[in-house]
Amino acid sequence: MSAGTTPRPKHYRPWYDLNLAHLPAPGLLSIFHRVSGAFLFFPVLPLLLWCLQSSLASEDGFARWHELASRPFVKLALIAVAWLFAHHFFAGLRYLALDLHWGIAKAPARTSALAVFVLGALAALAFAWRIW
Amino acid sequence: MKAYRKNPVGAHYGLADWLLQRLTAVVMAVYTVVMVACLLMHAPQGHAEWKALFSGAFLRLATMVFFAALAYHAWIGMRDILMDYVHATSLRLTSEVVVGLVLITYVVWAAAILWGP
Repeated sequence: MSAGTTPRPKHYRPWYDLNLAHLPAPGLLSIFHRVSGAFLFFPVLPLLLWCLQSSLASEDGFARWHELASRPFVKLALIAVAWLFAHHFFAGLRYLALDLHWGIAKAPARTSALAVFVLGALAALAFAWRIW
Repeated sequence: MKAYRKNPVGAHYGLADWLLQRLTAVVMAVYTVVMVACLLMHAPQGHAEWKALFSGAFLRLATMVFFAALAYHAWIGMRDILMDYVHATSLRLTSEVVVGLVLITYVVWAAAILWGP
């Protein structure tokens, strides 16, 4: 046995509260930071690259994406993507601030987590207003 | 025998990865803010302007740096997610290989778009 390890209780059962509604704002922010990051990795990124490729390649390709982006359901999907990105962006900035020990205490960390949710939603709304 | 004794604590790439995840985040954040500001001030009208925007050497290079930073950032992030939730070693390693290959594909794809024919 190496020094510094505590033996587990005999009948150790890890128990997780998986109800997201029970999480405080910083915990919820963290989960959504992971989920949004995973979604940005796939499928947002390959779709973005595909869009960039075909819209740059030819006049036809550009026109096709332009037409596609005017459909209501595609616009809704774009707004969802904008929210994923905005949340990941603002939550990331908050983590950078926390790494510098800015607002590391419990109360300001909760306030900043709420601020990230508000900013993410506002950014998505601004994007929606812009494309509609 | 007591002169040197410590607990094994892993492979020691954690701190470098942690720092690089932040560094790549800052690179991407700067690119995003500048790009969004530019597009808001002057949205390209039509294919010709869109193409002209990406024909500049500086934006091509900046975009390539963005995608390179993104690939490393996403690698650390996805690896952390897989480490936390996929406990079966064979499945986790397979997933990590797939994620790595996908990210390499993204970078090569981005380079092909920016500098291809």
